Amino acid sequence: MTYSVDLTTVWAFIIAFAVFAYVVMDGFDLGIGILFKFFEAGRERDRAMNSIAPVWDGNETWLVLGGGGLFAAFPLAYAVILPATYPLIIAMLLGLVFRGVAFEYRWRDPGHRRYWDAAFTGGSIVAALAQGMTLGALLQGIEIEGRAYAGGPFDWLTPYTILTGLGTLAGYALLGATWLVWKLDDAGQDHARRLARWAAAATIVLMGAVSIANVFLNEEYATRWLTAPEIYYVWPVPLLTGAVAVMLWRALSADRHSKPFWLSLALFLFGMAGVGVTLWPNVAPPSLTIWDAAAPYSSQLFMLVGTVITMPLIIGYTAWAYWVFRGKVGDEGYH
Amino acid sequence: MFEQADALLLARIQFAFTVSFHFFFPAFTIGLASYLAVLEGLWLKTGKALYMDLYKFWLKIFAISFAMGVVSGIVMSYQFGTNWSVYSDIAGPVIGPLMAYEVLTAFFLEAGFLGVMLFGMNRVGKKLHFAATCMVAGGTFLSAFWILSVNSWMQTPTGFEIGANGQMLPAGSWIDIIFNPSFPYRLVHTVLAAYLTTAFIVGGVGAFHLLRERADRRRGIAGEPNMHARKMFSMAMWMAALVVPVQIVAGDYHGLNTLEHQPQKVMAMEGHYNSYPDGAPLYLFGIPNDEEQRLDYAVGIPKLSSLILKHDLDAPMAGLDTIPDDEQPPTAIVFWSFRIMVALGFAMLGVGLWSLVARWRGKLYDWAWLHRAAVVMSPSGLAAVLAGWITTEVGRQPYVVYGALRTADAASPLSASAVGASLVAFVVIYFTVFGAGVWYILKLMGKPPHSGETGVKRGDRGPIRTAGIAPGLSHNQGDNGQVGVLAEPAE
Repeated sequence: MTYSVDLTTVWAFIIAFAVFAYVVMDGFDLGIGILFKFFEAGRERDRAMNSIAPVWDGNETWLVLGGGGLFAAFPLAYAVILPATYPLIIAMLLGLVFRGVAFEYRWRDPGHRRYWDAAFTGGSIVAALAQGMTLGALLQGIEIEGRAYAGGPFDWLTPYTILTGLGTLAGYALLGATWLVWKLDDAGQDHARRLARWAAAATIVLMGAVSIANVFLNEEYATRWLTAPEIYYVWPVPLLTGAVAVMLWRALSADRHSKPFWLSLALFLFGMAGVGVTLWPNVAPPSLTIWDAAAPYSSQLFMLVGTVITMPLIIGYTAWAYWVFRGKVGDEGYH
Repeated sequence: MFEQADALLLARIQFAFTVSFHFFFPAFTIGLASYLAVLEGLWLKTGKALYMDLYKFWLKIFAISFAMGVVSGIVMSYQFGTNWSVYSDIAGPVIGPLMAYEVLTAFFLEAGFLGVMLFGMNRVGKKLHFAATCMVAGGTFLSAFWILSVNSWMQTPTGFEIGANGQMLPAGSWIDIIFNPSFPYRLVHTVLAAYLTTAFIVGGVGAFHLLRERADRRRGIAGEPNMHARKMFSMAMWMAALVVPVQIVAGDYHGLNTLEHQPQKVMAMEGHYNSYPDGAPLYLFGIPNDEEQRLDYAVGIPKLSSLILKHDLDAPMAGLDTIPDDEQPPTAIVFWSFRIMVALGFAMLGVGLWSLVARWRGKLYDWAWLHRAAVVMSPSGLAAVLAGWITTEVGRQPYVVYGALRTADAASPLSASAVGASLVAFVVIYFTVFGAGVWYILKLMGKPPHSGETGVKRGDRGPIRTAGIAPGLSHNQGDNGQVGVLAEPAE
């Protein structure tokens, strides 16, 4: 399989990019959902919703690219990870159903708006927890026999995965709150900033806890993170994460608009880099490497051509759509 | 063993349920996106406010159905892995890339421009907004292109070989895979079906408001003739009159293609348990009996099936007696769903021709029975689409990849209880959530289209500014029923 080594690595990075893009972009949508209950019914909620209404659908598409890309480039990984985390994936999908329709329904039915607001919050929380726990289930390892998942139906449920679920929940809340610090003004912005500080504290504590727990998951991870010479290569990740956390805290204590959001993004970037370092070169630890799971050269090459052509366009028009709706959110909504 | 059989059946029911529910939304929005593009284009060209009013009327409905399509579609994209992991592993190298292309060329395009289409009317120029609408419409078409290529490949797989690890590997050209033998026919048939689905819904809504106007006149509540309802009814009836005949021809070609590549599906559609060496009858009615391998209470027209399928009255036709039992699809479902689809198709043709006669006589907006028929027929496209898909999907059983991978060998190693629990969750949640969505759509359809329609609004604090296109303040009826008279912001 040596002929496909480079392409397989390229695809691992493309999918990592798609997952990162999804996590930060839908992360702030879901974060607003997670925090929705804390906003006053009426103007505050409407504006929070309006700040993401034009972009949430595009943000969610990265999830389809992450899943679809995994299916196409690493079909075997897709075929073992999804059955292994079956209840989590189903819960996530149903959570996203409630979250997605609430965008439209809450405006159509003022009489039942509070129910759809609750669906928006509940769906966002379920989706965030399920995604975080899926990540945890992946990191703690998946039992495979032959070409199929061979573990039990609840292997994914452990204290570690609960920790990763809560960490993701807090992280998304942080992204959502800092997005609103950027997009709102006056009292709404102050409220968002207060929420962001809580979310930042929770995120930093949980990220630390997950990192420590991660090292104790198995010897392989402990070796990778705690012994020389690996330690010299990998420790910049936690150190930079710590530095970003400090900067974020200071930005949230000052009158900054967009800076907390960008720093939260950086926090996620380094968190993802940590996940990458832990996983590499597996796609489903402990034994399934990206090369074991890779689609044949022809499939990966065919998709790469499409990706190279379309990805700059996608990034271009997505950026344009964000630009069209730039600035603080007004009350009138968009027409 | 018993347990696995249950899990398989539940997984099949779950897929059938979620995909049927899902497809209602794209079947409607593929056509509606194009209709919106046409309306906005006509508005730009003629400058008539009526077209923009219609655009905004349907835009609100589009927003809801598109959202339902998106969230139910994401379920589909993950269900291959959750419930059909063996299929995903084996067929992934071939169909995975096609689905990746769907995401890259279609989903991002739709989603990226949807925000501008729904909310950007006052933030970008008119032409740029029109371009955004066209991009969304183009995205829906590209999405249909790729997913139908995937489905068609599963019906008529080409361009692959079985690798040492049991996977299906692309062999030769990707063009052979994408443009597999049934794809062009299925693409044309399905896209036309989507256009007709939309046309009959639009026509039904227009007819509903024409009937209501007539009822108002009778009761002496004299109002202005609703030009908006007239325009949408007229446009929809042009589609019905012109496109239904094309669709019937396209369907015929699709059937001939199926006969060539999936003969047992056509045998089941026709109810041909037996072979007919000198001309096969077309059965209009019958109760398929798989156990005895015969069609009970059959009513048929001799030799007509041979005429339709072979263009020769005496052409011999093989029947299911030539096919081993474990290669046969369940005949009754295929036989009946096919008849329902065809009957609906001809009923749609009837409405189309009727409207031509009415138009010829200058009575298009006066014939109440035509309007009533159009209202009754408004869901006919959706029903025909569903029946058609049942025909083609059940007809290729027992295979998931025709001739290459059996459905029974394709499922995930899940317990029946896990799949059963998720199935119950899907059924309960889909009926509540999408039931609510359909109700909101019906409420929007029930409001008469009028001058100064507002678009998709996002604020309910007092009156809404309708700045920009066609303000029409006196008609500024809010989506929530409030009538805003003053254009004052809430602050």
